[in-house]
Amino acid sequence: MNAVTQKKTIALPRNRLYSIIAIVAFILFAFIADRFFDAFTLRVFNLCAIYIVLALSLNLLNGFTGLFSLGHAGFMAVGAYVSALLTMSPQLKDMNYFLVPIVPWLHNVTIPFLPALIIAGLVAALVGFLIGAPVLRLRDDYLAIATLGFGEIIRVLITNAQPITNGAQGLKGLPRFSTTFAVWAVAGLMILFMVLLMRSSYGRAMKAVRDDELAAEAMGINVFRVKVTSFTVSSFWAGVGGALLGHMITTIDPKMFTFMLTFNILLIVVLGGIGSISGSVISAVVVTILMEALRFLDEPMNLVIFKTEGMPGLRMVVFSILLMVMIIYRQRGLMGNEEFSWDMLRGLFVKKGRKGGDHV
Amino acid sequence: MTLSLLFQHIVNALSLGSLYALIAIGYTMVYGILRLINFAHGDIFMLGAYVAFYGITLVSLPWWAALLVSIVFTAFFGVGLERVAYKPLRDSPRISIMISAIGASFLLESLGVLIFGGRPKGVPVPDVLSRVIHFGSVSMVTISLIIPLFTFALLGVLLWIVNKTKTGMAMRAVSTDIEAARLMAVDVNKIVSFTFGIGSLLAAFGGIMWSFKYPQLNPLMGVMPGLKCFIAAVIGGIGSIGGAVLGGFLLGIIEIMMVAFLPTLSGYRDAFAFILLIVVLLVKPTGLLGKRQAEKV
Repeated sequence: MNAVTQKKTIALPRNRLYSIIAIVAFILFAFIADRFFDAFTLRVFNLCAIYIVLALSLNLLNGFTGLFSLGHAGFMAVGAYVSALLTMSPQLKDMNYFLVPIVPWLHNVTIPFLPALIIAGLVAALVGFLIGAPVLRLRDDYLAIATLGFGEIIRVLITNAQPITNGAQGLKGLPRFSTTFAVWAVAGLMILFMVLLMRSSYGRAMKAVRDDELAAEAMGINVFRVKVTSFTVSSFWAGVGGALLGHMITTIDPKMFTFMLTFNILLIVVLGGIGSISGSVISAVVVTILMEALRFLDEPMNLVIFKTEGMPGLRMVVFSILLMVMIIYRQRGLMGNEEFSWDMLRGLFVKKGRKGGDHV
Repeated sequence: MTLSLLFQHIVNALSLGSLYALIAIGYTMVYGILRLINFAHGDIFMLGAYVAFYGITLVSLPWWAALLVSIVFTAFFGVGLERVAYKPLRDSPRISIMISAIGASFLLESLGVLIFGGRPKGVPVPDVLSRVIHFGSVSMVTISLIIPLFTFALLGVLLWIVNKTKTGMAMRAVSTDIEAARLMAVDVNKIVSFTFGIGSLLAAFGGIMWSFKYPQLNPLMGVMPGLKCFIAAVIGGIGSIGGAVLGGFLLGIIEIMMVAFLPTLSGYRDAFAFILLIVVLLVKPTGLLGKRQAEKV
């Protein structure tokens, strides 16, 4: 709760050197990964980047502004759909919309990925602003349930707006734009954005609102405006993350964006430490890899001594228990609300992990 | 619309409303005492339905015996859940305990998928409950009549417990001020357990009745009713049992009538409850029957 007394680390030249080396090493690693990894491993590697974006955007709300929101999947859905509709070619749209034709004004729109990604974020931000303005008057658990509700409403609207979104059939064959370069560039940008934001007066205002709303108000902070800003910015990045996810999986449908998805991101944020940028980054990488690595739990196993049938659900059992154990026994998560630094690493010396979010 | 059809809709609305009311009571009582949205409540509802189902199909118990066994089992399960997942966090920030509740909910759902299987199961509805009775031109299934009757009976018992017994008085004391209640020698842990027991019992009963009325089970069947009933509790005024009942009936009736009279909107059926919730929260945050609470600073 003493976020104001943030440690002012004297930027030792040596530490800066380490950081530069780490970043360069990571970029090299990404190039190697892009060239030599098999399709599945590369996909997991890139998924890490997307989850970094999503986790940080949720942490901006939950961790830094103290607003407990559960509607993240809704904003991701908005972003994914907007970007998909803007980038798909008219032929592709004809193939998808065979039950109900697409509205004419969307049929012929095809723009490049980068503007589509930005527009996806902006539309999600607009939706976030429109929802946030009324809902952010609520507190704590009421806010959580109201945002959860809006997430569901967005999903129901997408399911029912068939001429625009193709309803429950979803969209198939999205252009595969989420390359290694694209996703990690966005993730890097997001990390940079968060670090700079938290050092700026806006970030400090958000932390002040989180720690003590009354005191923040007394210090002349417009609490409501800070909350709405945070919510809108978070929605922007959720939209961008959703769009990246859509262009990676190349198939989207409303069922993808249920509360389950929000749960995964919440899990990352809680495990990493509510209110820690580096915690979210590390945790996003670990959880994404675990999610994929533990997929074998759901499948039939041959453990030499005995064979098990497929056990769908076991993976989620593990993750739910992980979340509960973490929140009951170690509420601060991996990093609490502190940030990674080389000095901290020196203190632990054996522990691996770096700022770029590499292998952990 | 013929009169008999309208009647059928009314009966359906009443039985759905009763089921919502039964679940909403669990939310409202737990919230009243711990200020916690028990996200796992909908999954307790699911558990109750499954236990009764296995009682009937595996152990071939008569349906009423399966119902009793399931209710007792689920009540104890609810108490155990509180001990494991919520009690250690009672003094933590409210968000922590809520995250734990979300985790518990996902745990129960995925355990459900793991143990019961993800595929939906058909429920063998006992003959007594699936018989069709005719009143002139109106015909209805017995279960639709039995649900409201049982609900009112259970409600009567609950209100008697809360208002007339010593335990009920202790419950009200804990919900008013947990610290003061402890000073008055109320065993808070026992009361919290008792509350979870009653809430889970009602949810289990609701779940079993639900599975007889809509005879299909799946491990995620509790999610939507769970969310809607929490909404019902908020609409009625969270913390108030009468409010939960009112909210449950209101939601059930509106939902059935919306689908009956405005079929074009039936795709929005699930969104409707949330819209109602947001309107209520913004206009009258304490709900219809909620008491005005001073904001503690």
